[in-house]
Amino acid sequence: MTNVLELLGLAESAELLALSPPGWGGNLLRGLLNSLQIAFGAFGMGLIIGLFGAYGKLYGGPVLRDLLAIYTTVIRAVPELVLILILYYVGTDLINKAATAMGYDRVEISGIVAGIWVLGIVQGAYATEVLRGAIKAVPPGQIEAARAYGMPAFMTMRRVTIPAMMSFATPGLANLWLIATKDTALLAIVGFAELTLETRQAASSTRAYFTFFLAAGALYLLVTLFSGLIFGWIERWARRGQPSLKGGQP
Amino acid sequence: MPDPTPSASSARPEAIRISDLHKSFGSLEVLKGVSLTARQGDVVAIIGGSGSGKSTMLRCINFLETPKSGEIVIGGETVEMRADGSPANRKQIERIRTRLAMVFQQFNLWTHRTLLENVIEVPVHVLKMPRDQAVARAHELLARVGLGDKADAFPAFLSGGQQQRAAIARALAVDPSVMLFDEPTSALDPELVGEVLTVIRDLAAEGRTMLLVTHEMKFAREVADHVVYLFEGRIEEQGPPAEVFGNPKSERLKQFLRSVA
Ligand SMILES: Nc1ncnc2c1ncn2[C@@H]1O[C@H](COP(=O)(O)OP(=O)(O)OP(=O)(O)O)[C@@H](O)[C@H]1O
Ligand SMILES: [Mg+2]
Repeated sequence: MTNVLELLGLAESAELLALSPPGWGGNLLRGLLNSLQIAFGAFGMGLIIGLFGAYGKLYGGPVLRDLLAIYTTVIRAVPELVLILILYYVGTDLINKAATAMGYDRVEISGIVAGIWVLGIVQGAYATEVLRGAIKAVPPGQIEAARAYGMPAFMTMRRVTIPAMMSFATPGLANLWLIATKDTALLAIVGFAELTLETRQAASSTRAYFTFFLAAGALYLLVTLFSGLIFGWIERWARRGQPSLKGGQP
Repeated sequence: MPDPTPSASSARPEAIRISDLHKSFGSLEVLKGVSLTARQGDVVAIIGGSGSGKSTMLRCINFLETPKSGEIVIGGETVEMRADGSPANRKQIERIRTRLAMVFQQFNLWTHRTLLENVIEVPVHVLKMPRDQAVARAHELLARVGLGDKADAFPAFLSGGQQQRAAIARALAVDPSVMLFDEPTSALDPELVGEVLTVIRDLAAEGRTMLLVTHEMKFAREVADHVVYLFEGRIEEQGPPAEVFGNPKSERLKQFLRSVA
């Protein structure tokens, strides 16, 4: 192994990427873990916001619908980097103001939690639109059948609407998840130790820019490939009961 | 109000009574005071031209549509309505709906569930029946409508006739006191109509109470105890099938029967 690396002139890179110091591999993996945690949290929060948002837009009163329209329009119009700066600084500032007003000390906001909130709010706007479209694509007769058989509204949503819309929503949600993983990189700007920031630190300490950014790129690529696998599986499950587009039995 | 059903059946308890039902969509008045009584075991066929309000009447009974005014009594229980016709008691509506079972023109099976899952869905989740009991009953019902070997199939892989028979099994699974059929064979290819009618005929023969909107006049004449002819939101004529089909009194009904013959 070592010989092969020497031969290829990669021994130095391998040393730099070693998991334990003086190698930086451990830092990169920690950064990746942080990125994934935030992406996961933000995606989940986005789904919850999206579900409420979609239902609100479809069935809510005029005031709620207007508020949601403002939310999705503004969030989707403003560049994410700007949103992150606004939400991060305004958000932490507001929380601290509230804390001091209530007589507490300034609170130290965990980077992970802040990251999840900021990206979650962004994801929520997109998820609202994805889920709204998916709910609208559910044949109304299926929801009507649920009502006709005495299902209460929440059970109808849980047992009929959500499972039936899944096949329409998964492609859009898969995209959102990938965007979430990559948007975590934007959090580097507020000093959060996710993969991109860790990579930059490693690179600038060692001057091995090419090695580290290539390694980070490979990690992002791995996440994407793995996600593709998982979502492919989810989509097959969500499409159960629907004739395959290629025809024939599933 | 005189009881419109034949006197021979008046000993049996009332399954459903509608009095002076009104319904509008915006400025369009679709039901202009419909009254109807079905006793237990009655098969009431509802006929009439397109747009006469047949579906709307059926859908007002389980409040899929909100009537404007009128009274609806299911099995002796009056549905609580506000002054504007909307249901006043959501819990009551949901409970009453579980005693009515609707079979739709477009089947409306839940496509992400197998036939078995479709049939046990309401018993297990709405009626809180133990799952194994519901499953055993579902297998019986599917076998009964001739789909015993399709329990694990998804609706989209079945013919329209099979889907509609599955939808009837789903309806039977709640052991309904009244079944509501809205043109159950209108979406079917002609060669598939017969298999569905056979199932409905059996249900009629075993004394199920049902309200059946249909364009199949021959079938209505054969299975119904009572036929109602709707015209522009009013009951224009009603009576036993032999009378309504054999000796129609109103000019409009005569014309309607000629047009569908
Ligand atoms: N949701 C709705 N909004 C507005 N108008 C409606 C609605 N549903 C039905 N209508 C109108 O009410 C009238 C009666 O409709 P309904 O569906 O009850 O007729 P029908 O007797 O069942 O006809 P068909 O034999 O074609 O099924 C029609 O003029 C129809 O256009
Ligand atoms: Mg109709």
